[in-house]
Amino acid sequence: MSFIVADTLLHSRFFLGTAGYPSPHILQQAVAASEAQVVTVGLKRQLTQGAGANDFHALIRETGSRLLPNTAGCRTAREAVTLAHMARELFGTNWIKLEVVGDEYTLQPDLFELVQAAAELARAGFEVFPYCTDDLVTCQRLLDAGCRILMPWGAPIGSGQGLINPYALRTLRARLPDVTLIVDAGIGSPHDAVLAMELGFDAVLLNSAVAQAHDPVAMARAFRLGIEAGRLAFEAGIMARQDMAVPTTPVTGRPFVL
Amino acid sequence: MTPIHITLNGAPLQLEPDTTLAELIATTGHEPQGLSTAVNGDFVARESRSHHVLREADAVFTFQPITGG
Repeated sequence: MSFIVADTLLHSRFFLGTAGYPSPHILQQAVAASEAQVVTVGLKRQLTQGAGANDFHALIRETGSRLLPNTAGCRTAREAVTLAHMARELFGTNWIKLEVVGDEYTLQPDLFELVQAAAELARAGFEVFPYCTDDLVTCQRLLDAGCRILMPWGAPIGSGQGLINPYALRTLRARLPDVTLIVDAGIGSPHDAVLAMELGFDAVLLNSAVAQAHDPVAMARAFRLGIEAGRLAFEAGIMARQDMAVPTTPVTGRPFVL
Repeated sequence: MTPIHITLNGAPLQLEPDTTLAELIATTGHEPQGLSTAVNGDFVARESRSHHVLREADAVFTFQPITGG
């Protein structure tokens, strides 16, 4: 189950988001149940009165998980680069989940701005985790820009639709065999995460599927088990699908007809 | 001396001329380490705030940690 991401050894292939939980306490419990070693966080333009933001930062640090800040809400490369620098200063990490939104409704990435931002941040010493679509050529451009990790979507953020284009994801895995690939966004149930892992993806990042479950803590555990099962299945070698039946019992001919 | 007019997170603010970003942050009562700053869309590092002098019409933004997916 262990693997290396950005020169860091991780024992969990489950990356978990921290947004939208019923309470900070449930968030903490869900992180614990998930055994995720990487959690995503964000920044917001604000100046809250009282402890607020500092409380959250302290709470999430207590989980012991590695923080992966995002640039959610950014619409241009310039915005994303600026936010990334602020995230590095605030959270003390050079890891950045790079999001540059191109459409208000689907929240799908603006791939042109994304590649531009990725190149600039890679030059500035960031470890860029780009949230991208499943487009192979764009993924290659991101690698050319200095990314070592790619995070193609399963489906639009928060939609819970699962993997809407498994063919494209399979293609990415096949064409980029040595790249760290993490399915990010759109995961709805453990079934979706299992499928992503069975396709050979290195990890899964999800948030809403846990936070919006009736029981987020139990769901975090369910996802943990599913992600482990999917990875074990991939490593065990899944049998090839056949169009027709292939007998399993080793009889020859028909039992009562000579 | 003529005061300058800036915005802080979109809200108008009047300051003494030659006010630095660090001095502005100090007036908010927030710990400097608990937020990050940008002026006119450009990141200003914490260590640079004390010599970053604010100018007329500057747009100052402060960012704090939040939950995220």
